[in-house]
Amino acid sequence: MSYCAPVAAVRLTSLTKTFDGVMAVDGVSLDIADHDFMILLGPSGCGKSTLLRMIAGLEDPTSGDVAIGDVRVNDVEPKERDVAMVFQSYALYPHKTVQANIEFPLKVRGVAKMERAEEARRAAATLGLTEFLDRKPGQLSGGQRQRVALARAIVRRPAVFCMDEPLSNLDAKLRGETRAELVALHARLASTFVYVTHDQVEAMTMGTHVAVMSRGRLEQVGTPQEVYARPASVFVAQFIGTPPMNVLPVGVVLDRNVLVGIRPEHLELDPSSTVRTTVTLVEHLGHETLVHARLGDTSVVVRLDAIEAAPSVGDDVGLTFPEQHLHLFDPETTRRVDG
Amino acid sequence: MTRDAASRRRWRDAPLALAMLAPSLIVLGAFVLYPLARAFWLGHQRCDPTGANCRSNGWDQYLDVFRSEEFQQAFGVTFRFAVLTVPVGLALGVGLAVLADKQLRGMGFFRTVFSSTVATSVAVASLMWFFLLNPSVGVLADWIGGVAKNPGLLQDEDTALWAVAISSIWANLGFTFIVVTAGLQSIPADLYESAYVDGASGWMRFTNVTLPMLGPTLLFAGVVLTSRAFQSYGEFDLLTGGGPNGSTTSLTYLVYGNNSIIKNNSGLQAAVAVLLFAVLLVLSLAQIRGVERRVHYGN
Repeated sequence: MSYCAPVAAVRLTSLTKTFDGVMAVDGVSLDIADHDFMILLGPSGCGKSTLLRMIAGLEDPTSGDVAIGDVRVNDVEPKERDVAMVFQSYALYPHKTVQANIEFPLKVRGVAKMERAEEARRAAATLGLTEFLDRKPGQLSGGQRQRVALARAIVRRPAVFCMDEPLSNLDAKLRGETRAELVALHARLASTFVYVTHDQVEAMTMGTHVAVMSRGRLEQVGTPQEVYARPASVFVAQFIGTPPMNVLPVGVVLDRNVLVGIRPEHLELDPSSTVRTTVTLVEHLGHETLVHARLGDTSVVVRLDAIEAAPSVGDDVGLTFPEQHLHLFDPETTRRVDG
Repeated sequence: MTRDAASRRRWRDAPLALAMLAPSLIVLGAFVLYPLARAFWLGHQRCDPTGANCRSNGWDQYLDVFRSEEFQQAFGVTFRFAVLTVPVGLALGVGLAVLADKQLRGMGFFRTVFSSTVATSVAVASLMWFFLLNPSVGVLADWIGGVAKNPGLLQDEDTALWAVAISSIWANLGFTFIVVTAGLQSIPADLYESAYVDGASGWMRFTNVTLPMLGPTLLFAGVVLTSRAFQSYGEFDLLTGGGPNGSTTSLTYLVYGNNSIIKNNSGLQAAVAVLLFAVLLVLSLAQIRGVERRVHYGN
């Protein structure tokens, strides 16, 4: 593959960023390996974009270090970091053609006209944009613009790709298609991707690793499967998974001083159970049915396969909590306590 | 609804629509349309200085005025004045707006200073420059020396138009600054960030992002400044009175100036005014048509 980029690990050490005294990123340390597709996942305002912008060199850290490869790059200009950035809005130059947009990073580096035109054509071909080279971004669909932004990023073969919610302006269908294309692109380029999103589906389907953030801090880093199967905190447990994990107060399920979490697909309806509850809402989603019920002051959700018989609103049902699927959290720290 | 029904309804609503439009139509008619029509009509008349006792001189009067040496010279002065003031005014406006478009402490003060001339009348600006350039008491005249002291920039045929142009550029700078600043603030920050990450220098970001994205703003400001330059009167009247030797007799001064050769002929004055209107119309259309192709109006 002609677009193999030089790869580089990214190491963040105790990285902190404050804006006018407001802590946006709070002492984040994170190792992103060569070839990794690292997803920075979290709700709006959790500091994930700020973290990405510090890697790209668009923000200076208040304290801590950013290293790319073995080099500390805190004081290095973005162009010297060998990083490319894909923005949420794509940031295409609306007055330039697709060809000129893709060529731009090479033009600013002084690459000869013929050579950069050739490189741009190859990058465009990689992303299926050859027939659009003479068009302006305004004449393209959202998905095509997104691919132009990617082509502009890959044309100079950076060591690290930084992507800031690049799919969030696409409709649901196109987002699904583009997710697959990005995974394929990562495999072809074999370079390091750092990808910011608030969409857990993107995180679960695209990332080789996921770093979940909340309020400027890292909550957990792991593979998507690890983060889903063994969430490190109540926040992660409830942020990942649709519908989110049920987290029940102390004493409802176990006679221990712990919060108990259980995913909706692991909670079972059992007529013989002594834990009784009343159904408040039933959602038939086609491939599954979600049953909402009240358990004391807490709302719980049970996920049933579409073929299972669902109760009706107002029915009295019993619930069982299979022990092997329970997640235990410290009620004070909300961190996982079951090893 | 059928076409006939829609048409009937339109006719039925017409009186109400007319009544609601009446205030605007009355103001427009009284202050724009009637004076315009009256000027067209006067343009083929020969009248006394009060505009009374008019008799037709034929519509050829427009052609005669257009061919006259006085009109040609005044047109040349006005054209040179526009060429001197518009590009320099635009360049300075863009330069100052870009300088002031930084998130630095105290920048609000500079923005206020740079935009302050928008609140300065032509009369005040002209008097200020009149004193600054006055060969006897003017500070600038003292600094520059040479022709600025004797006979004076405003008194020399070769420099008078330049001096008036400088005054005009200064007076219009506030307007250009405000318009360009507004244009700059509408440019998405991520275009700059993308160029920055790609390694573009400050100059490359200016030429590849700022200037192209300011296209519509610059077209608008260019058309307005050109129109203003062709309609400038106060500067010429207060600074030079159309002299020396007609070197600053612009078209508007030819129409209205105290020293104008057609001062006492309102028919000829009207003819020049109408021709000025025609020239401006053609120029503005040409500017918009010519430049618009290269202007990008966003996605």
